[in-house]
Amino acid sequence: MRNEKTTMRGVFINGVLNENPVFRLVLGVCPTLASTTNAINGLGMGAAATFVLLGSNIVISMLRNFIPDKVRIPAFIVVISTFVTIVQMLIQAFVPSLYEALGLFIPLIVVNCIILARAEAFASKNSVLHSAADGLGMGAGFTLALIIIGVVREILGNGSVIGIDVLGASFQPMLLAIMAPGGFIIFGLILGIVNSIVNKIGKRSAGKGAEA
Amino acid sequence: MMEFTLVNFLLFMVNCVLSNNFIFSRYLGCCPFLGVSSKVETAAGMGIAVTFVMGLASLITYTVYHFLLVPFNLQYLNTISFILVIAALVQFVEMFIKKSIPALYSALGIYLPLITTNCAVLGVTLLNITENYNMLWSVLNGIFGALGFLLAIVLMAGARERLESSNIPESFKGFPISLVIAGLMSVAFLGFTGLVK
Repeated sequence: MRNEKTTMRGVFINGVLNENPVFRLVLGVCPTLASTTNAINGLGMGAAATFVLLGSNIVISMLRNFIPDKVRIPAFIVVISTFVTIVQMLIQAFVPSLYEALGLFIPLIVVNCIILARAEAFASKNSVLHSAADGLGMGAGFTLALIIIGVVREILGNGSVIGIDVLGASFQPMLLAIMAPGGFIIFGLILGIVNSIVNKIGKRSAGKGAEA
Repeated sequence: MMEFTLVNFLLFMVNCVLSNNFIFSRYLGCCPFLGVSSKVETAAGMGIAVTFVMGLASLITYTVYHFLLVPFNLQYLNTISFILVIAALVQFVEMFIKKSIPALYSALGIYLPLITTNCAVLGVTLLNITENYNMLWSVLNGIFGALGFLLAIVLMAGARERLESSNIPESFKGFPISLVIAGLMSVAFLGFTGLVK
């Protein structure tokens, strides 16, 4: 039996689009809000989380037959926090500016719901290769979402994209967008827009199905 | 280090609960804030459970850090050891509530184990270390931070109960409208910035 979801490519695309962790599952709201004050921070947080997701998915999948069911959550958390400590040290050593900007939210990748959710729902039940594909797909979906929100907030709040001024000197930046309230409001609006697009696509494909 | 006086205590409380609210200005603990805020009673129960866990977690992680990790020069292991302490603590609180308050247990249901992955809890323990608080201020930081969380989640639940009977566009039902409301509340809380220097 071979359907779309069991192929590696299917698993990857599922993570990016159908089950996008931010826009479809609404997991990991805190890092999403905290790291999207501009596109670069969003990208950095996405890359760090992808590394942790990939590593923890692979290790947990390898250990899935050895971890007793009753202590699986603590075991998963130890694996995840090991990778988080590694990524924290790497960022601190090589990208100190990102370390400064994300601050507390780098160690807090440990409690990012996406990572534990994928360990529990996917990696503990599937083969190593599939789990790696799932980790990469979910990580890519997370990163994509963070960049989208980061770009919107950066344009509104700073008039720039990736640090490059695009709206000119006459633009009056809407400071609220990069402050705490703006994060909530803009994420809510983007989520609503994504939902309406998904609903439209769903209706169209349902209509096609009825015609056929 | 701040001296423990009544003025400092009150300023610290206002700072933690209002001006630096965990949800509205630090983005910590948003998952349960959005997930468990559909009813006021459940929200309050969750908030109280979090307060209990955060206070205890601050105390225990302070002890672990200063009496176990620092003497052996193992500070880099703080994330791993703190999350394990929190996971064990949450398990204990869960067993306690299950035995003593079964009604609350059935209401909180699957959300109780989720306190482990509530970033406010791990966040406050790590903040205590970076801010260099002593044991007393660490515990107070945990408790007041959690009270700020309790305030936020109860306010949110109140707003969401009203939402159920209102006419919302189809695509904005659930999370999107909740996030927009959280943003508006956050604007109100922005007014408290600068209250404590």
